[in-house]
Amino acid sequence: MTSRAAGTERRGAGHALRITVDRDRCIGSGQCVMTAPGVFTQDDEALVALLPGQEDGAGDSRVREVPLACPVQAIVITED
Amino acid sequence: MTETDFRRTGSEAPAFPQDRTCPYQPPKAYTEWRGESPLTRVTLFDGRPAWLITGHAEGRALLADPRLSSDWGHPVFPVVVQRTEDRGGLAFPLIGVDDPLHARQRRMLIPSFGVKRMNAIRPSLQSLVDRLLDDMLAKGPVVDLVSAFALPVPSMAICELLGVPYGDHDFFEECSRDFVGAATSGEADAAFAKLYQYLHGLVAKKQAEPGDGLLDELIARQLEEGGLDHNEVVMIALVLLVAGHETTVNAIALGALTLMQHPEQIQVLLDDPAAVPGVVEELLRFTSVSDYMVRMAKEDIQVGGTTVKAGDAVLVSITLMNRDAQAYDDPDVFDARRNARHHVGFGHGIHQCLGQNLARAELEIALGTLFTRIPGLRLAVPLDEVSLKAGHDAQGPIELPVTW
Ligand code: HEM
Ligand code: SF4
Repeated sequence: MTSRAAGTERRGAGHALRITVDRDRCIGSGQCVMTAPGVFTQDDEALVALLPGQEDGAGDSRVREVPLACPVQAIVITED
Repeated sequence: MTETDFRRTGSEAPAFPQDRTCPYQPPKAYTEWRGESPLTRVTLFDGRPAWLITGHAEGRALLADPRLSSDWGHPVFPVVVQRTEDRGGLAFPLIGVDDPLHARQRRMLIPSFGVKRMNAIRPSLQSLVDRLLDDMLAKGPVVDLVSAFALPVPSMAICELLGVPYGDHDFFEECSRDFVGAATSGEADAAFAKLYQYLHGLVAKKQAEPGDGLLDELIARQLEEGGLDHNEVVMIALVLLVAGHETTVNAIALGALTLMQHPEQIQVLLDDPAAVPGVVEELLRFTSVSDYMVRMAKEDIQVGGTTVKAGDAVLVSITLMNRDAQAYDDPDVFDARRNARHHVGFGHGIHQCLGQNLARAELEIALGTLFTRIPGLRLAVPLDEVSLKAGHDAQGPIELPVTW
């Protein structure tokens, strides 16, 4: 994923995140958008989507709270 | 186990639910259940013993656990409120069914409740709130804030969302008023029947002449895909109405009351419009308008060293989870500046409130505008004279006389 390298630079070594979203689980609650609007959005079906280029979560400092905020564990963040 | 079996076994545990004495603090008995254990034993009105989940972390884990069922149609699904009639054995979509049926129904509705869609209706909510406050100010104090303000906002919002024709708004509001305000279950059943009849006719009319509300979208998709029948569309409309009306009426009224009783915190809201969403989240945590959720265990589940057995009734206490000291500092303090994240005012798991973003929009606009226009709003009677809804209802005042 190309954006991961950029994320590493912006946030310093060891902090590159990778976000995966599971649209089959998503119930459209919007908790992700409310918590980290710089990273998450809802598409036309009102299901979770990542904003373009935000796979590394660099656009919002509260991104790490999102997996716990999601009511159905549709968001997983892994750290390299 | 049948109802009489429960009576015979005679559970000794305290009764649940109980009535609040302070509008926004849990009943005294509840606070005694907030011990070390994340769950406690209670007794339902029919004598059936039940688990009450009080721990924030444990409750969230359980609400995300598919071994707990929401299938209201199950022959021994726990009953919390005595019903005179079973409303014709109608299945309740969404809130009363498990996956995979639940997921199929929810998927159809998610697009109508997205964050962007709900933000788009904010301007029309704002003009509705402005109009109601103009009328209230013109009438002058003392005013009952429930009937003048808290009730019409959600009622009109739902009319618009569903696509109820403008000319029917008065009738619709009157029916929902009768339903929400019903003193007896007989009155509630009569209002329910009237609404059912009305929605039945409305769906038929919309099938012939489509408009542009949520019901029209559902009907269009139903015709396209054959996924829903006429009765399902009517029942979905009813569930949206029942789930979204009384809760929001009480959230507005109890939110306003909580702020009036904490005048120093109204300033947080007045100083910075950007603080309003945070104040609303803290109000949702602190007031816990929906006090509990009902589930039944489908299999044995371990909860904090205790085994909840298959078939057991499980009540999940929103009020006590939102007041768990392990999750929130000074949980019994209303702090408008608090970050009330992960509160369960809208539940958790697959059934988490479908209308939460509509409710947030309504609460932010209603409470933000109310106190901006009338910063000196205050209760016109002593707090202990405010009459409250029963413990099994949505929590809030029946009437709220205010002055300014
Ligand atoms: C402040 C106002 C509200 C509160 C406190 C509230 C609370 C809740 C709670 C606690 C649940 C979960 C029930 C459970 O898990 O058993 C729920 C579900 C639901 N709510 Fe709300 N609600 C509010 C407003 C609304 C509105 C405005 C609507 C719609 C117009 C709505 C529609 C629903 C529906 C359809 C469900 C069932 C969702 C499902 O099962 O997938 N609610 N609500
Ligand atoms: S928080 Fe979870 S369920 Fe809600 S919109 Fe985001 S991914 Fe979907």
